[in-house]
Amino acid sequence: MNSEAQKKPVYISQIVIKILSYAVLICGCLMVLIPIVVILLGAFKDSKEFANSGVFEMPKSFAFDNFKTAFFEGKVMRGLFNTFIIIVISCFGTILTGTMTAFIIQRFESKMTRLIKGAFLLATLLPNISMQVTVFQIISKMGLYNTMAAPIILYVGTDIISIYIFMQFLSQIPVSLDESGIMDGASYPRIYFSIILPNLKPAVATVLIIKFVSIYNDFYTPQLYMQDESLLVVSTVLYKYISSTKIQWEVVFSGIILCIIPTLLIFLFLQKYIYSGLVSGAVKE
Amino acid sequence: MKTKNGRNVGFGQWLRTYEGQKLYVSILFLLIPLALLVLFTFVPAVNMVGYSFQERDQFGVDPKFVGFENYKTIFTNPDYFITFKNSLYYLAGSFVQQIVALLVASILCSKIRAKGFFKGVLFFPYLMNGVAVSIIFLRFFTKGNPPLTQEGTLNSVLALFGAEPVRWFDPANTFLVNCCLVFVSIWRYIGFDIIMYIGAIQSISPDLYEASNLDGANPFQQFRYIVFPSIKPIVSLQLILAVKGAISVFEIPYIITGGNYGSSTFVIKTIETAFKKKQVGLACAMAVVLLVIIIVVTLIQKYFFREGDDKPAKSTKKEAA
Repeated sequence: MNSEAQKKPVYISQIVIKILSYAVLICGCLMVLIPIVVILLGAFKDSKEFANSGVFEMPKSFAFDNFKTAFFEGKVMRGLFNTFIIIVISCFGTILTGTMTAFIIQRFESKMTRLIKGAFLLATLLPNISMQVTVFQIISKMGLYNTMAAPIILYVGTDIISIYIFMQFLSQIPVSLDESGIMDGASYPRIYFSIILPNLKPAVATVLIIKFVSIYNDFYTPQLYMQDESLLVVSTVLYKYISSTKIQWEVVFSGIILCIIPTLLIFLFLQKYIYSGLVSGAVKE
Repeated sequence: MKTKNGRNVGFGQWLRTYEGQKLYVSILFLLIPLALLVLFTFVPAVNMVGYSFQERDQFGVDPKFVGFENYKTIFTNPDYFITFKNSLYYLAGSFVQQIVALLVASILCSKIRAKGFFKGVLFFPYLMNGVAVSIIFLRFFTKGNPPLTQEGTLNSVLALFGAEPVRWFDPANTFLVNCCLVFVSIWRYIGFDIIMYIGAIQSISPDLYEASNLDGANPFQQFRYIVFPSIKPIVSLQLILAVKGAISVFEIPYIITGGNYGSSTFVIKTIETAFKKKQVGLACAMAVVLLVIIIVVTLIQKYFFREGDDKPAKSTKKEAA
């Protein structure tokens, strides 16, 4: 390709296209970065400085006082802690129930399993947030309102995308693998645990990423079911800041930065998997 | 109990055969997922339809059957009906979003330096917490609430070019408010479309490009005759999904404006009706309307984008004819 390009004369139109291309990309990046950089700068200013300096002015010093306030007094620590507990339990639950469901539906094909597959498929149509109008009453009746169990059970119980991802991967694991297990006299639970589960590792990774992003960023479920001060998660901590009457913006901004950091780290380390994982999750939808 | 080869065996023994195992493993493995599915999806869905014909408060004390009264309210009361109009803004926004995403994706598929960086920066907003995004844009468009003395980010940028500050969230200008919110929505979600289109474009065979290079095609011609035809199915699928997205908008306007300044959406209205006004019957009717819209859109999508296993018989017949 390269040698070809060198041989060919370079047209002015090609140079113009190149320049325009970079211009579009740089404009796009500025649009993404400027709003975030303003928050980052603001997070370092003290309250007086914040009120009196323009949004693009550099802070006088890079002190972490606001971050400390947000983290300890502003309950960001509590929010992160609760969020991670919810994520860990929900992921564990989803992987267990999701792989089991996918195993039965994919491997034991019958009228019954096709019916069950259809039921799960039908469930994807239901609009998540609007459904909370009636889900709320069931959660209340079960006595789960204002407990962590409410979001956890919803994240595990209404996650159908994960089942599809597992089924997708499972269909690529050859049935002959199961059959060789049967030849060796392994029972079905044994086949599930020692053949299917280990082979589903890439699917598990994909589901973990999708789960992490969606739970970490979910706002309405915790907002609706966990009003208690001690049950705040990342989203609701931030929401609480701006719904109060006296907003300390510089602390809010540091709170935002603190909440973005885990996402940023995960993105930087797992970039490749995130691109493919999220896209595969959405295509199934 | 009989096994496949017809031997009579005891139940305990039968359970140990593979047929027996299939039964108990199926029950064991599906018990919890199915219970959760029924409890948190189907029971609420059935309740939703039932409640939508009632006048009913949050606790369901003394519900009254009102027939189609709730549905009539949704389609006749302008307070509710206007939210449909607002979703048109988001629909228009997602058309813009698709076009821009396609443009950026095809740029990122050409010979460009620092591809990974550009891709990463443009995609990152998709991963960000929605509340964080909303607060960032509260500061972007406004002085904040309660107001600060300093102008917001956008007005500060405009000031660099010597422009006067604009009041973006002007209660008298619903159009502007909604456009701002649509912008936030594009800002947040476009990275995802870019990544998807990049995947689609990269799956096009490189031979086609080489052949067109030899024929002296310029990038626009390449896009018009090679890229676009190959990714057309994905683009149309995205446009259909945009309808679902536009009617289901919730988080960003709910947090940024709280649905004020004429920026309420259908889902925000549903939630307000249920949890603030405590009119659960009416809210359920709204949820049913949303569900019907989604089902119709899905059927259209299924009809136009039949996947391999959906209706193979029909398509082969067409080919034969």
